[in-house]
Amino acid sequence: MTTTMVQALNTALRDAMRADESVVVFGEDVGVLGGVFRVTDSLADEFGADRCFDTPLAESGITGFAIGMAMRGFRPVIEMQFDSFAYPAFEQVASHVAKLRNRTRGALELPMVIRIPYGGGIGGVEHHSDSSESHYAHLPGLKVVTPATVEDAYSLLRSSIDDPDPVVFMEPKKLYWSKSDTALPVRAPGLGAARIARPGGDVTFVAYGPSVPVALDAAEAATEQGLDIEVIDLRSLVPLDDAAIEASVNRTGRCVVISEAHSFAGIAAELVARVQQRCFYSLQAPVLRVAGLDIPYPPPLYEHLYLPSVDRVLDVVDQLEWDELPNRAV
Amino acid sequence: MVAPTDERGPRGLLPSVSPVRFLTVDGELTELDEHGGYQLPPAERLATVYHQMVVGRHFDTEATNLTKLGRLAVYPSSRGQEACQVAGVAVLGAQDWLFPTYRDTVALVTRGIDPVEALGLLRGDWHCGYDPVATRTAPQCTPLGTHLPHAVGLAYAARRRGEDLVAMAFVGDGGTSEGDFHEALNFAAVFDAPVVFLVQNNRYAISVPLSRQSAAPSLAHKGIGYGIRSEQVDGNDAVALMAVLSAAVESVRSGAGPMLVEAHTYRMEAHTNADPVDRYRDASEVAEWVERDPLRRLERYLRAAGELSDADVQAAEHAAEELVTWMRPRMNVDPVVDPAAMFEHVYAEPTAQLIDQRDMVVAEADLLAGEDR
Repeated sequence: MTTTMVQALNTALRDAMRADESVVVFGEDVGVLGGVFRVTDSLADEFGADRCFDTPLAESGITGFAIGMAMRGFRPVIEMQFDSFAYPAFEQVASHVAKLRNRTRGALELPMVIRIPYGGGIGGVEHHSDSSESHYAHLPGLKVVTPATVEDAYSLLRSSIDDPDPVVFMEPKKLYWSKSDTALPVRAPGLGAARIARPGGDVTFVAYGPSVPVALDAAEAATEQGLDIEVIDLRSLVPLDDAAIEASVNRTGRCVVISEAHSFAGIAAELVARVQQRCFYSLQAPVLRVAGLDIPYPPPLYEHLYLPSVDRVLDVVDQLEWDELPNRAV
Repeated sequence: MVAPTDERGPRGLLPSVSPVRFLTVDGELTELDEHGGYQLPPAERLATVYHQMVVGRHFDTEATNLTKLGRLAVYPSSRGQEACQVAGVAVLGAQDWLFPTYRDTVALVTRGIDPVEALGLLRGDWHCGYDPVATRTAPQCTPLGTHLPHAVGLAYAARRRGEDLVAMAFVGDGGTSEGDFHEALNFAAVFDAPVVFLVQNNRYAISVPLSRQSAAPSLAHKGIGYGIRSEQVDGNDAVALMAVLSAAVESVRSGAGPMLVEAHTYRMEAHTNADPVDRYRDASEVAEWVERDPLRRLERYLRAAGELSDADVQAAEHAAEELVTWMRPRMNVDPVVDPAAMFEHVYAEPTAQLIDQRDMVVAEADLLAGEDR
């Protein structure tokens, strides 16, 4: 049976709610409607309006309310309707969600998940396509998780709901309708373990969420040049699997980071800095990145110009100080 | 005792036309029409409140002194607001939750929290100082109004679990301008959460006066927009506060929905020790509020009613001195700074990156300690 990422997320929520009565799902339009992307489809039917419910249209209130419920024994999974609509909740996230465990020396923990559909590539009008992961990854106390496959959508969401720390769970909208034939449930290692999406020996691509398929396509295209490229899917930005990246780059000696978010001060910048620091003596070329442009995310007619593309990735691969390309395929 | 505003519908949501008042500034009982239909609280409760207010004021004075001595990083005094600080806690049961702000340390002490722990944050530590679960008191909130949705969520969650629990959330006049005040009241009403919002309107948000904060007839009037029953009360009248807040907590506990109570009071001191108060308000205004001192009013009333003797007053002063004597030497000890502790509770388990940073900081500290020896 074929499953989409949306269905996998829905199944993860359903299985988590069946496994633990304290799991509650709420947000805007998540009840009868099932969420604007249908991720919460029919949960209200199965579990009742006490377990899956609509709230007033107020993201800060939703987040603060979830904090209070988590303080009294619930495991809230809240939905922010779109990346940009999560900004009103930012103060709650930055000042409270991220810090409450620390402020109370562990007396109060917040096992809550904030689900955020993010990124572009779906022809959304303004305010519907931001890649806001850097904002959250910059806040100590939060975990930031993002799946790139249908299987990981299920297993990472289950792990996030089970986690004792608050998790910002970022769902790549572009991949919502991606498909897999793997039967659910599947469980991967817990949060913080990257995945080798494609093994290879010449270059390491580091990607996450919506950029993983781009990285895989570029790696496939590069075989025409005789290049055997490894693709690492981070799965989790916080905690970050430095060891997996380091092991790969120490083998390949070359690294390109691919991220859809704005380039400046983004996750890609952090990854490049870490790789050059940790793998300096293995590197055959500067660590480069292919990231989003430093302009407000553009409207549908322009977004192909913004997004990291296979061609843009391959152009950067050409800059990796090759004496001569392996050209094994020829 | 039932709150007189129990009737639902727009009129039933409105607060009294003028603040409920039981005592004149001279501590005489007011006429019945100023009582807003509330009952005079039992005398022995008021005597206890008096005792706690005396202790609270001494504590507050000591904390201000400790700041001048460099023992606290900062202290926002609540001098003049003791009636609110004490009554807001006295009406709660041990099972209820308190959601205080940074100006509510006297309320924390009234709640029974060790005064040194209550000052942990202001002393400069990285955590709130006390155990919020054991004390059922959330960490003091600094970003104003942001704790209010937490009170709503917690109270709603408790009701879902069938617990007999009311949340009391303190906020100031400035805090009512924040978006989270609006969102919290709206959520409280929609989810029928057992919360009492107590606005301590002390007329200043640092330097900004109430007139620049709101054009509402009173801050209590904001409740009607959310469908929340509201009341306003003289915040320097401990008798009126006990009457109104007891009724509010009882009504909320009975399942009649959340309430908003505005207490009209005054911040006698500067915002903090670092605030040049003469830049924005006249000493004459402060002098007017000295006349309305909540402690003196309550003492006069209780003495005249025969509910407070010289011995009782001395006992309260003695208890206050004991508290201060207990805390002073402990506050004069330099807190132990443990570099590794900063990393312990960022996550349930530290990440690999945090362990690296912790090891670096600990090694630096060890090196410094070695040089000192």
